[in-house]
Amino acid sequence: MIELTDVHKSFGQNEVLKGITASVQKGEVVCIVGPSGSGKSTILRCINGLESYDRGEISVEGLKVDRDAASIVKVRTQVSMVFQRFNLFPHRTVLENVVEGPLYVKKEPRAQVLERGRVLLAQVGLAEKADAHPPQLSGGQQQRVAIARALAMQPKAILFDEPTSALDPELVGDVLGVMRKLADDGMTMVVVTHEMGFARDVADRVLFIDGGVIVEQGPAKSVLNQPQHPRTQDFLRRVLHPL
Amino acid sequence: MKGFWHDAAEFFPILMSGVALTIIVTIGSLLLSTVLGLIWAMMRVSGIKVLSMLSASLINVIRGIPIIVLLFYLYFVMPDLGVTLSALQAAILGLGIAYSAYQAENFRAGIEAIDKGQIEAAQSIGMGWWLTMRRVVLPQAVRIVLPPYGNVMIMMLKDSSQASTITVAELALQGKLIASSTFKNTNVFTLVALMYLTMSIPLILLVRHFEKRAGKK
Repeated sequence: MIELTDVHKSFGQNEVLKGITASVQKGEVVCIVGPSGSGKSTILRCINGLESYDRGEISVEGLKVDRDAASIVKVRTQVSMVFQRFNLFPHRTVLENVVEGPLYVKKEPRAQVLERGRVLLAQVGLAEKADAHPPQLSGGQQQRVAIARALAMQPKAILFDEPTSALDPELVGDVLGVMRKLADDGMTMVVVTHEMGFARDVADRVLFIDGGVIVEQGPAKSVLNQPQHPRTQDFLRRVLHPL
Repeated sequence: MKGFWHDAAEFFPILMSGVALTIIVTIGSLLLSTVLGLIWAMMRVSGIKVLSMLSASLINVIRGIPIIVLLFYLYFVMPDLGVTLSALQAAILGLGIAYSAYQAENFRAGIEAIDKGQIEAAQSIGMGWWLTMRRVVLPQAVRIVLPPYGNVMIMMLKDSSQASTITVAELALQGKLIASSTFKNTNVFTLVALMYLTMSIPLILLVRHFEKRAGKK
C-alpha cells in the first residue's frame, strides 16, 4: 500500500536518506527504530509530503507522492499523521480539532462528522473532554486527541512520529494502549518509536535504520530478540540496558 | 483658569467639528491600512518569490517616504497627472498607504510567530495554503497582532493631524485657525491637546486589554 523505492534526501550537504526501499502492506504495523538523526522521521515526513525527496519514488495506493502536485491532498487525506508534539490547534476545542479535516477539507455533512467525532473521542477515552481546549489537557490526553483527529479523516494508514517521546513516563501507557487497539482493529500503521516493548508486542515488522539506510529488517520479534547486524545489536543493547 | 473655561466653552463647538473630521480620517485610513497591510503581508508569506519581493520593496518605498510628503504628492501632484482628489480623500489615502507598511510588518511578524507544527498539522489533514491561513494561522495570529495594532490606532489618531497640511479642517487645523484669529494660543492649544488625549485614553485602555489577553495561555 505504501511503496518506497530508492528514496534519497539531503538537507544541504547532509544526506539523511541514502536509498530507502521498503513497502508497507495493508493492515500491517511497521515500526521504524534507530538512533536519533538516522532519518527515521524524515521517512515518515516524505511519505505524506511534509518533506520533499530528491531521488527515487514514493507511492501510496499507486498514487505518486509529490508535494508540489495537487494530488498531494489526496495522499494526505488517505494517510494521517500523529506528531511527537501533538500539534493540536489550541484555538479550537477538542471536538473541533477532531472534525476540522472532515468538515473543511473533505466537506462531509456536519451532523454526521460531529457524531463520528464524539464516537472517536469516546474510543480514545476522552468523551468528556469534547468541549475543552487542548492547552487544558495533559500531554497524554492531547496525544490521544491527535490520534482521534487522525482517525476522523478515515485514513487508510496512520503515520506516528515518535508519538510518546514528548510525554511524561506515566502517560505513555495510555497512548500506547490506544495505538495497540488500533493495530488490533487492523489499521495500517507506520510508527517511529523508541518504545521497544511496543515494537516487539505490536509490530508485524521492524525496520532498523542507521545513517540513512535500512540496516536490518524483518519480523519484530526476530529483529529485536535476535538482531543479526552488529549495529542493530549495539543499538538495542544501549536502548534496553542504558546503564 | 477662569478664562480657560470660558474660552473652552466658546471654542468647543468649533473644535468638535474638527474632531468629527479627525475621527473620519483616522477610521478611514485605519481601514485602508489594515486591508493593504494584510495584502502586503499575505504576499510576503505566500512563498511565491515574485510576490514576496514585490511586497518587500513596496513596504520599503512606503517606509522611506515621510507621511507629509506622501500627502503633498497625492494632493498637489496627482492633479497634474489628471487625478484630482478632495483633501479628505487624499488624507485618508495617504495615511492609509503610509501606515500599511507598518501594519504589514506587524501582521507578518504575527503570522511568522505561529509554530511550524501548526502548519504541518494543517497540511497533514490535507489543508491547502489558503485554508491553512484562514482556519489555523490567522485566528492564532490575531491574538499576537492585536496589541501592536492598538498602538498603531493611537499613532494614526495623532498622525491624522498631518492632514491639516493639505487643508483638511480636522482638530489641529481648527485649533490653529482659532488661535491665529484670537491670539489665545495657550488656551486653544491646551484644549486641543486635552481633546486628543481624551480620544487616546480609550484606545490606550483597549491596548492594555489586548495585552492582558495575549499574555494569557
